[in-house]
Amino acid sequence: MFDFSIITNWLNNLLNSYMPAWLTTTVECVLIGVGLLLAYALLALFYIYFERKVCAAFQCRLGPDRVGYHGLLQSFADMFKMLIKELITLNHIDRFLFALAPYLVIIASLLAFAVLPWGNGLQIIDFNIGIFFLIAVSSIGVLGILLAGWSSNNKFTLIGALRSGAQMISYELSIGLSILTMVAFAGTMSVPGIVEAQKDCWFIFAGHVPAFIAFVIYLIAGTAETNRGPFDLPEAESELTAGYHTEYSGIHFGFFYLAEYLNLFIVSGVASLMFFGGWMPFHVAGWDGFNMVMDYIPGIVWFLGKAIVISFIIIWFKWTFPRLRIDQLLNLEWKYLLPINLVNLVLMTLVIASGFHF
Amino acid sequence: MISLDIFGIQNNALLAVVALLTGVALVSLAMWLAGLISPRSFNPQKGEAYECGIPTRGSSMTRFNVGYYLYAILFLIFDVETVFLFPWAVKIKELGAEGVISIAVFFSILVLGLVYAWKKGALEWK
Repeated sequence: MFDFSIITNWLNNLLNSYMPAWLTTTVECVLIGVGLLLAYALLALFYIYFERKVCAAFQCRLGPDRVGYHGLLQSFADMFKMLIKELITLNHIDRFLFALAPYLVIIASLLAFAVLPWGNGLQIIDFNIGIFFLIAVSSIGVLGILLAGWSSNNKFTLIGALRSGAQMISYELSIGLSILTMVAFAGTMSVPGIVEAQKDCWFIFAGHVPAFIAFVIYLIAGTAETNRGPFDLPEAESELTAGYHTEYSGIHFGFFYLAEYLNLFIVSGVASLMFFGGWMPFHVAGWDGFNMVMDYIPGIVWFLGKAIVISFIIIWFKWTFPRLRIDQLLNLEWKYLLPINLVNLVLMTLVIASGFHF
Repeated sequence: MISLDIFGIQNNALLAVVALLTGVALVSLAMWLAGLISPRSFNPQKGEAYECGIPTRGSSMTRFNVGYYLYAILFLIFDVETVFLFPWAVKIKELGAEGVISIAVFFSILVLGLVYAWKKGALEWK
């Protein structure tokens, strides 16, 4: 398997031979920041285009096709349009909290984004509790949404923010518990450790029934966590104008938009990491020739491919199911998903104890 | 073996701070840029809340349905439970039967808590 750290180590040694150690570290940190920013922005632009095209396909439309080849430059045009729109100053808002909210939302999604493994050695933050750190930082986003709704001093945003808060914290439980089930199976919380544990067989196959149940629950909870699909009642446009970001204009609104698409990617990325082996190619234990052929496909292609397929399924949900009501939404989580999840954890413990897995 | 650090920077907290500062820089730079190139126009009506057309009545930072609060409390209980289960999940094979029994006691108390909340009607949306 190609190891990306060959490149970073070479660059590290090159920089070290020209400048003192502290300057090297600084330059490297700046490089990491710029790389992170580029990946984040480009991926968000790709996702906006991808979602519009997929939605169009589901509705038998063409979707954006005027700006650039097949509309490929449409999301760049959108971004520039957002930048040149006026930032409206409102009268009765809490200015400090209003300005703080987009920072929290963006920081939460960027920190979670930096934990995802893109390939062998191509990962920025690598704590030994990596996946736990990811869950922890991604829940900061709820604070941003609540602050945005509260500080706008508008009835619609307040209702939107409270609905969103109730929904996100409820479904966070399911995300946490289904990840916990897989952590028990992997025996480690470090992200490269989880990927390495799936060298012979991806967890969804290795953990058979409990892993599959955990995956289905994770997918439902992940859709709710990103405020999408049938769970988009925080921004139900027919009742709440735009939910918690009604009062934001121009690029200020753009941050929420950006974070929403990136959260879709993060949810899919974590699903591919926990259940489909992250960047690990499709391996079958014992089939050495087959495994070596699979190793020729780079890890980044595997990771992005899996993440995009899962995102496609989540976008598909949106055009298949009608929107839920708030009580149905909370019932689904607390009376169905949470008990199933707890039973599934016991089932996984039994599977691990009996050694009945691949 | 999988490499564990990028650029040989061992301190991951530093990298987390870099990611955090990147987020701050992204928002600040984009706001600064938008402030430079975006147009400005002044109209007293513009600063009003975007609600229904007529001036809004009273403040919106007001009391709201207590139901949300109840779910937040329940969330707190079960989220802390998950936090306590994580260390056990990592060491599940090493701890063996003893660990499973101890966690079963903890787990059953929490399941009882969920059953209690359910029977009390805390999970009904009102």
